[in-house]
Amino acid sequence: MSNADFVKLEGVGVTYGTGADETEALCPTDLSMAQGDFVALVGPSGCGKSTILKLVSELLKPSEGHIFFGGRELGAKPVRVGMAFQSASLLPWMTVRDNVMLPLKIVSPFKADFRAKRQTEFKDRVDALLEQVGLIDFADKSPWQLSGGMMQRANLCRALVHDPDLLLLDEPFGALDQFTREELWQTLQDLWLNRKSTVLLVTHDLREAAYLANRICVMSARPGRILEDRQATFARPRPIDITFEPEFIQMVQDLRQLIVHSPAGPKGDAA
Amino acid sequence: MNPRTQKFASTALIISVFVFWELFCLVAGISELILPRPTRILEAFFQYAPAIAPHAWQTLYTTMIGFFFGVCIGLSLGLMIGSSRLAYDTAYPLLVGISSIPKVAVVPIFVLWFGAGTVPAILTAMIICIFPIVVNVSTGIATVEPELEDVMRSLKASKWEILWNVGLPRSMPYFFASLKVAITLSFVGSVIAETVASNKGVGNMMLIASSQFNVPLVFSGLMVLATMGISLYAIFAFLERRMAGWAMRKDF
Repeated sequence: MSNADFVKLEGVGVTYGTGADETEALCPTDLSMAQGDFVALVGPSGCGKSTILKLVSELLKPSEGHIFFGGRELGAKPVRVGMAFQSASLLPWMTVRDNVMLPLKIVSPFKADFRAKRQTEFKDRVDALLEQVGLIDFADKSPWQLSGGMMQRANLCRALVHDPDLLLLDEPFGALDQFTREELWQTLQDLWLNRKSTVLLVTHDLREAAYLANRICVMSARPGRILEDRQATFARPRPIDITFEPEFIQMVQDLRQLIVHSPAGPKGDAA
Repeated sequence: MNPRTQKFASTALIISVFVFWELFCLVAGISELILPRPTRILEAFFQYAPAIAPHAWQTLYTTMIGFFFGVCIGLSLGLMIGSSRLAYDTAYPLLVGISSIPKVAVVPIFVLWFGAGTVPAILTAMIICIFPIVVNVSTGIATVEPELEDVMRSLKASKWEILWNVGLPRSMPYFFASLKVAITLSFVGSVIAETVASNKGVGNMMLIASSQFNVPLVFSGLMVLATMGISLYAIFAFLERRMAGWAMRKDF
């Protein structure tokens, strides 16, 4: 396995239903991700972006094709993933700290000594993460006492606390206002620069994709396939002002053109 | 309205209902055989207190035993049904069917099987309180946010781990809310059973008192039932606040 094929999808397609009701959600797709890379998937709604995410996280089985992780077929060995969705879905009966700690209770090898270390090592680990995203003063609060942006910060921490091999983000900032969203882009960039996790981000915000990712894969309307694979080579760490640079704007416009003029699938609901 | 005036208003309303009752009986000259005055009821209560006590105890303990088994069965059924879509869809019609049977109607059957006395009262108290618990607990578990379930599944959590860490705590507010309903229903169940077929319990005592036209004693029985019912409701309301206070978004 080469480093460039840390995650590899080979002719992976998804079809729902059988017979006359058969709908193709994802055309057979190839996609490779290098270790430590930050890849964004963009495309019109319903194009199968989230489907790819669910395939990689083993929430969904492909109808055809193979997925490899670190050179082995997915399912052979448990892959440690962290996931965050648009809704923060923190557990309201736990404090923010306990919410972030939840994966350590579930994921091996942490869960073996969860009881012994929850007050010591794991607490420090969670607090360090909360400190990084500026939530340490809210560690003992209940989730409903936080603002939407803070909840998403906690959600990101929960997705990262168990040092996942792969971080999967499904429109994590979709429900936030513009200012909060840009703040969180910077938080996420900092986290990524610190940890060098491998990230797959699904979004329909092209500026978000261009700001955060190293590579942007543009998908067509349903049934989805990858139309274009772009590099975003802006220097890191990227200041938020970069989004007003001509090159950046040009890139966002190019991406937009690609999606608007993408050859529509049978349903043709590209907007 | 601030909480203190609110409390004061509620208390004032309760007291004025009794005062109105007392005055209405006095002014309209209503016979004690129809509607005794609250003071007469209290008097009868103290007069017959030693006789009432064993009956009250009987009703309380049949209710509690029936309620206890009802909670155990209701909670486990709710967990089973709530954690599987298939079980939820399959079992729901049956549960609705069973719950729509008036529970009074099954008392004669219990009497036929177990004879008159304590056992039918316990069983009636139990069966009447199972349904609200099952419905509430299974709803709480079945409505776990899909995103949350995806997060848990992506962490390779087992079905049991998801149930224990997410489903069960999430269903607790529903569970405690249903307990408040269930405990009052249990009382209804055991009193009905005592009235139909028993020689003990407050229900039976009221039946005998009314056949002797001792109407103040009948009403004292009612008062005892009301007091027990309200106290148990209060206990479970308190437990609810302690155990599932997070759902009410108060600092606890």
